[in-house]
Amino acid sequence: MIASKWREALIPLFVFLLTLAAWEAIVRIKGIPPYILPAPSAIFAKLLEDRSVLLPSLAVTLGVTLEALVAATIGAVALALLLSRSKWLERALMPFAIILQVTPIIAIAPLLLIYLAPQTAVLVCAFLVAFFPILSNTALGLASVDHGLEDVFDMYHATGWQKLIYLRLPSALPQFLAGVRTGGGLALIGAIVAELAAGASGQGSGLAFRIVEAGFRLDVPRMFAALALISLSGIAIYGALAWISHRLLRNWHESARERST
Amino acid sequence: MTSDGPLISLQQVGKTYDNGHVAIEGFDLDVRSGETLTLLGPSGCGKSTILRLIAGLAAPTSGRIVWSSPERRKNLGVVFQEPTLMPWASVFDNVYLPLRLAGASRDSAGPQVRQALRQVGLNDFAAALPRELSGGMKMRCAIARALATVPTVILMDEPFAALDEVTRFRLNDELLELQRELKATIIFVTHSVFESAYLSSRIVVMSRQKGKMIDEIAIDPDLQRTADFRHTPAFADICRRASLALRDAADDQIGYAQT
Repeated sequence: MIASKWREALIPLFVFLLTLAAWEAIVRIKGIPPYILPAPSAIFAKLLEDRSVLLPSLAVTLGVTLEALVAATIGAVALALLLSRSKWLERALMPFAIILQVTPIIAIAPLLLIYLAPQTAVLVCAFLVAFFPILSNTALGLASVDHGLEDVFDMYHATGWQKLIYLRLPSALPQFLAGVRTGGGLALIGAIVAELAAGASGQGSGLAFRIVEAGFRLDVPRMFAALALISLSGIAIYGALAWISHRLLRNWHESARERST
Repeated sequence: MTSDGPLISLQQVGKTYDNGHVAIEGFDLDVRSGETLTLLGPSGCGKSTILRLIAGLAAPTSGRIVWSSPERRKNLGVVFQEPTLMPWASVFDNVYLPLRLAGASRDSAGPQVRQALRQVGLNDFAAALPRELSGGMKMRCAIARALATVPTVILMDEPFAALDEVTRFRLNDELLELQRELKATIIFVTHSVFESAYLSSRIVVMSRQKGKMIDEIAIDPDLQRTADFRHTPAFADICRRASLALRDAADDQIGYAQT
């Protein structure tokens, strides 16, 4: 059992290292110059060399992503609760949420940069893309309460608050967490997209801005180094949220449990 | 506990759902204090609707339901066909729920919850989650939840229908024992003739025709309800009468479908 778990973890790691080795070998054998395609070892060296520039940028991007995710989570849960209380409110507000969701953020970002300070615009972009999946998942969760359990609560004259705390919120937890997992990844994408738009106008200090800046100077290894940090951030955010979700659900929800065979 | 008048009186009660479906119409029934009354009938005859109306989960569209005292109405226990447990909460927390909703703290409710768990034989499983329980144990947990408030009236809607025969027999025995201890009024809904004959002091047989009452079978209160009761001529007699009434109910249903 434990051995198979290790195997499960080691296989993708092994394939990843093999890919890096092949990449390194091709670059070296063919003598590809670093301004076309840098070898993984060169990217790693660049990461260490430029850490005084890249790490503060990483902190900026991650900070914005997390702020946006927290704000989107609070806002989306509050709105989902409001929508679940009233069908009229749902009818009135849901179209706006959908319009924001289906309009590509890359098209909204330049406008936001006109109206808002660059840092605020980046935050709003990240917030907007993370908001909808959390809202729709939480709303679905709140609407999926077991009718039998609702009868039990009604039988014992539960107040609206009691129903919310003891029934609706725990019932909605699995869907809410799925929404936050999706929203976490999207918040990073939203932040990067907005930073790219801001970076193109010469403003900003996040990782995407470093990519744009390095691109202007044809510093391809630094572009890759920044890209690697963005990927690692995305993996870390997803991993952390998946871990939290697993911890919260593993005792009772089927999604977090292994099927006994 | 006993009083002169009925504990609950259903007078010309009717229920038509929003989609126009008439579940019951002009239904009369008196429930006496301390009895185990079984509503027996084919699926869809409106027996669950009657239980929901008594529980206050739905309102009658005609007629009225009169309780002998409002206090008794407040102290109801209900067991549904499904265990309807909160999957995220322990057995203890599931049983504690009615007391928690009434504002009792965990500490003050503890003895009552443990007492209810003891009554259904789940005292060693207080910390377990519902998924760790078998079907029969889940149902016991649901019964313990209904007992937590020490109700004077317990409504049971086909609680053992989804269980295997052996478990159902065992839970029937346990329910009889509980009833001897609690002396509560139980209204039990089932479509099993044997279950109704084994548990009840009175059986009301219903047809599918808008919840019409076909027959009422009063059972001798002096009959000994032990496991051997299932093999006595008296039991067979009750079953035969209930079966015949149910057949009439089914005929009635066919007649109804043809008109």
